[in-house]
Amino acid sequence: LATAQDTQPVPLPSQARVVICGGGIVGTSVAYHLAKLGWTEIVLLEQGRLGAGTTRLCAGIISVAKPISIESQMADYSNALYERLEEETGVKTAFVRTGSLCLAQNQDRFLSLKRLASRLRVLGIACNVIKPKEVVKLHPLVNIHDLVGALHLPGDAMASPPDINHALAVAAARHGVQIHERTSVNHVLMEKGHVTGVETDRGPIECEYFVNCAGQWAYELGQSSEVKVSVPLHGCEHFYLLTKPHHQPLHPNTPVVMDMDGRIYVRAWQGGILSGGFEKNPKPIFTEGRNQLEIQNMQEDWDHFEPMLNALLRRMPSLDSCEIHQLVNCPESFTPDMRCLMGETPGVHGYFVLAGMNSSGLSFAGGAGKYLAEWMTYGYPTANVWPLDIKRFGNLQSSRTFLRHRVMEVMPLLYELKVPRWDFQTGRQLRTSPLYDRLDTQGARWMEKHGFERAKYFVPAGKDLLALDQSKTFYKPDWFDIVGAEVKCCKEAVCVIDMSSFTKFELTSTGDQALELLQRLCANDLDVPVGHIVHTGMLNERGGYENDCSVVRLSKNSFFIISPTDQQVHCWSWIKRYMPSDPQLHLEDVSWKYTALNLIGPRAMDVLSELSYVSMTPEHFPTLFCKEMSVGYANGIRVMSMTHTGEPGFMLYIPIEYALHVYNEVMSVGQKYGIRNAGYYALRSLRIEKFFAFWGQDLDSFTTPLECGREFRVKFDKGTDFLGRQALMQQRQEGITRRFVMLVLEDHDAELDLWPWWGEPIYRNGQLVGVTTSSAYSYTLERHVCLGFVSPATAGQNPTVITPDFINRGDYEVDIAGQRYPAKAKLYPFSSLFAQQRRRKDDMELSNFQGK
Amino acid sequence: SQAWHTYYLTPPQVNSILKANEYSFKVPEFDGKNLSSVMGFDSNQLPANAPIEDRRSAATCLQTRGMLFGVFDGHAGCACAQALSERLFYYTAVAMLQHETLAELESAVEAGRPVQPVLQWHKHPNDYFSREASRLYFSSLRTYWQELLDLSTPGEGPDTAEALLSAFKRLDSDISLEAQVGDPNSFLHYWVLRVAFSGATACMAHVDGAELHVANTGDCRAVLGIQEPDGSFSALTLSNDHNAQNEEEVRRVRAEHPPSEARTVVKQERLLGLLMPFRAFGDVKFKWSIDLQRRVLESGPDQLHNNEHAKFVPPNFHTPPYLTAEPEVRRHRLRPQDRFLVLASDGLWETLHRQEVVRIVGEHLTGVHQQQPVSVGGYRVTLGQMQGLLQERKARISSTFEDQNAATHLIRHAVGSNEFGAVDHERLSKMLSLPEELARMYRDDITVIIVQFNPHVIGAQ
Repeated sequence: LATAQDTQPVPLPSQARVVICGGGIVGTSVAYHLAKLGWTEIVLLEQGRLGAGTTRLCAGIISVAKPISIESQMADYSNALYERLEEETGVKTAFVRTGSLCLAQNQDRFLSLKRLASRLRVLGIACNVIKPKEVVKLHPLVNIHDLVGALHLPGDAMASPPDINHALAVAAARHGVQIHERTSVNHVLMEKGHVTGVETDRGPIECEYFVNCAGQWAYELGQSSEVKVSVPLHGCEHFYLLTKPHHQPLHPNTPVVMDMDGRIYVRAWQGGILSGGFEKNPKPIFTEGRNQLEIQNMQEDWDHFEPMLNALLRRMPSLDSCEIHQLVNCPESFTPDMRCLMGETPGVHGYFVLAGMNSSGLSFAGGAGKYLAEWMTYGYPTANVWPLDIKRFGNLQSSRTFLRHRVMEVMPLLYELKVPRWDFQTGRQLRTSPLYDRLDTQGARWMEKHGFERAKYFVPAGKDLLALDQSKTFYKPDWFDIVGAEVKCCKEAVCVIDMSSFTKFELTSTGDQALELLQRLCANDLDVPVGHIVHTGMLNERGGYENDCSVVRLSKNSFFIISPTDQQVHCWSWIKRYMPSDPQLHLEDVSWKYTALNLIGPRAMDVLSELSYVSMTPEHFPTLFCKEMSVGYANGIRVMSMTHTGEPGFMLYIPIEYALHVYNEVMSVGQKYGIRNAGYYALRSLRIEKFFAFWGQDLDSFTTPLECGREFRVKFDKGTDFLGRQALMQQRQEGITRRFVMLVLEDHDAELDLWPWWGEPIYRNGQLVGVTTSSAYSYTLERHVCLGFVSPATAGQNPTVITPDFINRGDYEVDIAGQRYPAKAKLYPFSSLFAQQRRRKDDMELSNFQGK
Repeated sequence: SQAWHTYYLTPPQVNSILKANEYSFKVPEFDGKNLSSVMGFDSNQLPANAPIEDRRSAATCLQTRGMLFGVFDGHAGCACAQALSERLFYYTAVAMLQHETLAELESAVEAGRPVQPVLQWHKHPNDYFSREASRLYFSSLRTYWQELLDLSTPGEGPDTAEALLSAFKRLDSDISLEAQVGDPNSFLHYWVLRVAFSGATACMAHVDGAELHVANTGDCRAVLGIQEPDGSFSALTLSNDHNAQNEEEVRRVRAEHPPSEARTVVKQERLLGLLMPFRAFGDVKFKWSIDLQRRVLESGPDQLHNNEHAKFVPPNFHTPPYLTAEPEVRRHRLRPQDRFLVLASDGLWETLHRQEVVRIVGEHLTGVHQQQPVSVGGYRVTLGQMQGLLQERKARISSTFEDQNAATHLIRHAVGSNEFGAVDHERLSKMLSLPEELARMYRDDITVIIVQFNPHVIGAQ
């Protein structure tokens, strides 16, 4: 281990394969895992001493109680890794498997803990929902008078972060990783979109890969390179208290306590306690960058800590007489959505990022380091990490002001109760449709996706608006009837939904390069007559969905690609990755140029034909067709005979300057057909009852078209060896081992019972077979519908091929917060739902899978 | 010993009384930068008289730069204070205009073209303007600017101090003249007499960049809050009270009358034994000869014949005028440490020492930063002790932040402070629930304007 104890620092190598910037726990974990996977010529650079940043001050808790499963999985892996590190390296890590207790002060919190327990059981992680009385047996100091219940996680642990950091460094060094302390990276060198090296304060190093694990400074470092790399994170001060030993010293095995309602965590520390929390009014720091404060010199702020001290003494009253040792202020970095940033940055090949741990650095470092190393080695990790993929963000989340405001919301949110369909409140109204104000005055309630405001539903005049916004429940929400009315209108008359948030690209070429590229990227056949719309997946080599989109052939050599909103960065970089550098081939992001209105419902046809003097009947305008038409006074509107729900209707792609005009015309003509505005919740309900999968929610890069019943959209014989074809051929031969199903809850009372959300375990004949991915109340069926994947093998043996019998013959149950509700599993949507209109065979094609 | 029956007011009720007249104005920012030396102001008033006899005004001069702030403390009714609150700023603004601007103004009025506005008012909804007299007021104002136009020469800007002096004196003489001339409309005639026979003191500030002028007539007061390098606040009074406590004023008043009147002109610390302020607007009873007073009253409308106050002639009334509206004008060049200016009627200064006023406002404006941070250092402190300490500190801060408006906060202290200088809810509740007829015995009308300065702009000038 090359350390700074040597008076003469070891000279830097002039070249390496990988340079990792950041010697905290995250950087050393990445180095460790890369080395384990056989990488050589790895150089790790640390500007100060190893672990001198946040790692040094981290509270040292490893817990699987995380909001999403991939995070729990990472923590579970980290836990196992740290446990064996001492044996592997001989470095003492102070690892103790203490277990942890998540306390619930109210029923809603208890429900969220029970939901967590259901989720952890799917991952095979031990956990017990316990009564307050049992808490006393596990922890001597906890006051249980105000508790409703708790979740005990026996596997959770504590360790010393700097020691784990050191152990990982030692192990990495043994595998040949070169570690250089007191070496700062000034900037990363790039050429033609590839990393070529780094410039340090001790000279340059040539390299192919660069990993930004700079923690607090990752944003700065990203901004400092020639092509700016957006690493959206921002620091906040984080406080925890250390006490001197309690008069009856706490045993080191005492479980960690997480009292989220009190916003605090408490662990044993040298006979006393260590307790910190996530306050309502966090203090953001380093907004202006690194040349402000040293991490070491952060001030204690007792007045700021007061609410957490109150919560602590309420939870453990006997600490009243315990003496203070220190109040530690340790900056932590937070991201705009509470999830870490992982993966290759869009636009720069070889530039990887792992940062923004949202104060769970120790819990995540092991697992995240492993996934990133796999990503660099195999091109993608062994698990679906899309929720953590840095490509879910773009430049638009990189404003310092946005980050500062958003992290002030994110930090308190870590311990706040999260009920279904909560939305961020800060950093809003960044991207809006030109109709925003019009819709807002008509009662629109908004949600945000990728910075874009989208209407959830429209509150009718006279309803109590305030009360509606305050609805937070695991049960039936108070927008139920509002959305019900919108759905009814979509089914019986006509609704208009503003869907401008979608990602829209145009791909053009002089020759047939555009078609060639799309034929390679898409599983469906794009060589269709001009004006046709094709729904298709863009698959990876494994046959999994990287994107799910609709492609319109505008002319022989130009295509209009419509993808989900949050695909803006990911899809762009996916296409760019396979796009030859040909000046004749041109890809343009035209998302901002068009306002998209969805006219949905049986009378959509009438409204549109009245506005355009063109017959819109299926004979004149077959489904999945695109025509440029005039609507009202506006010309050149792209009208597409498709909706995103399976209901009849049209999508209008309107150049933005016409948006208000077209909207007004549609609304005024539509009046006699009973037109009204509808929002995304109505859309959701419609698409889920029609069994439509959405990318990002139901579909991910590990799901193939065969697994979700979309073989008809894969054209094996189109004459191009499209990406993923081999894998799909093989899967077609071997058969699929998991299948996307629709589960209709039975014996579930929407009025009284807990509502499903997503992530609920699915049981078949009492055995765990899968997890739901989305759910909605179907106003047509008057039942809840859950979508999800089931798979016969969960016990660890070889996966078995799934058969229709497996689906059809089995008693299914969906577990909502520990309570199981019987469900009917279906492979096809209810045909009765399609009764309003005679359908042809290709009606399945009408479905569009990207409403997300 | 408190004889009246009190109603217990809940904290929200107390707040609704205290906040009923509060007003805040923030100078708008451009490109995130505030280029004005004034960041904004908070103002508020709490009545003791029914109706309140204090008035306040604030406005931005549109033709020249600068902002105007004024408090007006009326006596013998509110008519004079009301008139000042409407008119004095127009007189001041007009007196500060360039010759060319005046000429343009006059030609616009002459030709019936729309006139460029002179002032942008910042008014609370309760601050009203009297419609009936506006024509009369306008014609007096126009006569004033016509004279200014004749006196000034092109290319020359008037001196602010002179303009203030001229405006004060001119308005008082117009009030006097309007009452003497009367008006064919009997309501208006009665109105101008009421204005002239009541009185009001005025304290007014003009801020333009780093230039601050204070013009004062009477016993309202302007105090500057200065932040010392250690963070504490000290007070600098920018006006002299014109009353018996001011020896120079007593000397002045005596010098203006024959030695034979030396004993009577200031008696029981009052002018002629009657009037507390030694300078004031209106109050023609102290200005006009007895003859003139009689003549005006006899020709006046019937309502006046029964008005004992108007008919009453002060004793020892030999050599009028005894009273003047001439202000003392003081110029002050603002420095970055000058953080705010408090203009208030004597109702405030009677209850709180100026040093206390400046401390309360300063701590309110700077907020919690004033508090020294807690540090454990090497001491042995238990969690329980620390919790107690922190809760105490929080309580202190929360009383500061109950009021968004610094003027409200100051009034809360003025009315509700106990012997330890802390706001006592019970006392506050009692003081605010006093019946109308008793309130005036325990406190006076209080009017406060707090102007906050922008040290960055001032420092740059």
